[in-house]
Amino acid sequence: MAAQARRRSLVLRRIVATPAPDPGAPNLEAAVLPETGRAPGGGWRRHLGSLAFLTPAGIWLLVIVGYPLIGTIRDSFYNNDSTKLVGLGNYKTLFSTADILVTFRNNVIWVIVFPFLVTFLGLLFAVLTERVRWATAFKTIIFMPIAFSATASALVWNSIMSIDPHVGMLNASIETVDDWFNAPGLYPVNASAGQTVASLAATGLRPGPGATLESTATVAPGQTLKLGMIGISPATLQLVGAEKAVVPPAASGAVSGVVWRDFSPSHPAVRGVVFPDEDGIAGLHLSLLSSNGSSVASTVTDAHGAFSFSSLSTGSYRVEVVANNFASGFTGIYWLSGTQSLTPTSGLSQTAQALLSVPLVDLSMITAYLWIWAGFAMVIIGAGLAALNREVLEAARIDGATEWQTFRRVTMPMLAPVLIVVLVTMIINVLKIFDIIVNMAPSVSQANTLAVAMYDFGYASSPSANGLASAIAVILFILVVPVIYINLRRIR
Amino acid sequence: MSVAEAAGLAIPVRRRRLSIHFRPSRLVLNVVLVLVAIFWLVPTISLTVISFRPEGLFGISGWWTVLTAPSQLTIQNYETLLSTGFATGGILDSLVTTAAITVPATILVTVLSSLAAYSLVFGRWRGRTAVFLVIVALLVVPVQVALIPVAQLYDAFGNLTGLKLFGSLPGVIIFHVAFGLPFGVFLMRNFYTGIPKDLLEAGRIDGAGEWTLFRRVVMPLGLPAAASLAIFQFIWVWNDLLVGLVFLGGNPHHTLTIFLFSQTRTLAANYWVISTGAMISIIVPLAIFFSFQRYFVRGVLAGAVK
Repeated sequence: MAAQARRRSLVLRRIVATPAPDPGAPNLEAAVLPETGRAPGGGWRRHLGSLAFLTPAGIWLLVIVGYPLIGTIRDSFYNNDSTKLVGLGNYKTLFSTADILVTFRNNVIWVIVFPFLVTFLGLLFAVLTERVRWATAFKTIIFMPIAFSATASALVWNSIMSIDPHVGMLNASIETVDDWFNAPGLYPVNASAGQTVASLAATGLRPGPGATLESTATVAPGQTLKLGMIGISPATLQLVGAEKAVVPPAASGAVSGVVWRDFSPSHPAVRGVVFPDEDGIAGLHLSLLSSNGSSVASTVTDAHGAFSFSSLSTGSYRVEVVANNFASGFTGIYWLSGTQSLTPTSGLSQTAQALLSVPLVDLSMITAYLWIWAGFAMVIIGAGLAALNREVLEAARIDGATEWQTFRRVTMPMLAPVLIVVLVTMIINVLKIFDIIVNMAPSVSQANTLAVAMYDFGYASSPSANGLASAIAVILFILVVPVIYINLRRIR
Repeated sequence: MSVAEAAGLAIPVRRRRLSIHFRPSRLVLNVVLVLVAIFWLVPTISLTVISFRPEGLFGISGWWTVLTAPSQLTIQNYETLLSTGFATGGILDSLVTTAAITVPATILVTVLSSLAAYSLVFGRWRGRTAVFLVIVALLVVPVQVALIPVAQLYDAFGNLTGLKLFGSLPGVIIFHVAFGLPFGVFLMRNFYTGIPKDLLEAGRIDGAGEWTLFRRVVMPLGLPAAASLAIFQFIWVWNDLLVGLVFLGGNPHHTLTIFLFSQTRTLAANYWVISTGAMISIIVPLAIFFSFQRYFVRGVLAGAVK
């Protein structure tokens, strides 16, 4: 274990503390060279021999990375079919088109939000697991998603965040909690499909106040009512255990009746008759309204759709089918919405909207991406923690520093270089983020990033817009130049 | 451990402080970590379960109902998906295509990087540091800067020689190798600098050529680093979408990621195909991840800049 930690710290020191290529080394070797040059084979040929080892990689890099880099910069100053020099025209187009400003905005969101979140999570996990026995198992679990392609991960999260609570676990969880407070009725109305409560009334019913139905006729004790409804599927009725509709006998002092599915397959056009192949509407909550409209009694229909309000004083009443029968409950949040914004943007100009809105799907994709990369941050920061000088920490503790003080004033400053490595790596990573966007965001959305826009311009559009695509590539390159500078400084 | 205990005994005050002030409640810590671990496992479990549920149940009931009704599990999705065999554009064909790209790209990067790193560390020519710095600079260059010119280069090469690189597997491999090399050289060079130069000097005096020294001394010593690089590169290329999408354009053979991507882009996405396909696509990298986790971690640690 200790050896492993040491090995890790060794590797880490190489990245973080820089394996400074000793500037004195070449001279030293040059001094040695004449001596070994006398060995069979001669220094000359050795020179060539080892240079030859570099040649394949060198040529490869020159042709496929070096030359194209220059080619892209050149193309970015040409028009879209690379025939006419347009100067900064492509760049002007990029910075003045609302759709492309949206992609810049998304890159900014990613770069600002993601690297810090993932570094924080990685630090948290690395610190928390330091004193846990099953740290290795925990780290393996967190680290594992890095082996998945971003494409596969995006597909997994697509299903978790699906709007349908029968598919999406997130919405299903919310639904479960929501149902405790806001239970759906037995006969939910699908408002999003344009269904209304009023459309359910068939016989003896009319829309009442709110999302209710009430009997068209007033009724006195001793009378019966036949209330027909349509638009309720046989499957729903089967689910609630409904049976053949039965009209109950009239009883003195009681208002009784039946609520039934007023649609007979054998007589599809006839309403208002209770046929033997029609089911009662079971479990329906009813209330009895007095002439002034207040509720005086309530009941629930039985399996045959029959109901009875007994021991009533004389008067005229109406029967109401109360609103909660039709409550649809939680219908799902569209987590993958590419247009719904987290920030209020109404009343802003189109450009301001393009710059200031934060689509919900950005948040969902950042969550999925955290799932992939938190393990990476954790492993690197964990290695950094293991490489810290224990004596300094011990000294701080012995001097009476609390755990938090030690962490804040000693561990964090010593860990800073590692945290910066993680941050910078993640910034580069999300600058060119592509896979997760094209697989998770809806194809027409406000969630595109520069890499996606570049792909669209260069390959998905016809004819391809090479000038614009190259200009985006150059912008991506310019954005990593500071990182190149930092890396070179570190290595030097 | 015994040292720590000894230290603890030597400073009893510190021990007491630790137990009173510093230790957060272990139980709370463990419960929190278990919850986090479950949260992290859920997506993988959900993908697995969905791939083993009948197609017809998707959208009717959630995958979690398997907890109460495990009998719904079936291998029917796999049978259906695999029944087309190696038909072009199918899942097995994509698996083969992905392997046919990944394996050569990995071998080439590992070998060429090792050779280049040998030259940079043990060579005697001037400008080695400058070349290394150029390679470090290339580490973070995004693939986007090369996509369009390389495609044009491939076209020009095709017109000249009649060999088609654009839309062919070699075209994809060549591109992957180019963008794998900077990291490969960086990692191998850092490892080789730890090999004592005396070892080579001894060989040189005995008259061994550079190739012999590389083959017999440096390469065997550098195997752990080469393994890290190979695993890292393998998973990197296996999981790539963009490069395949661009340079395989028009080719009827797809990589696994392209297969999945095109499924999500069809009008009625078949989730059973997507989840089963995704499962098949992650089997290989996952097996490699678990078999060579230590090497992989080392590669990740060394490659923190990529």
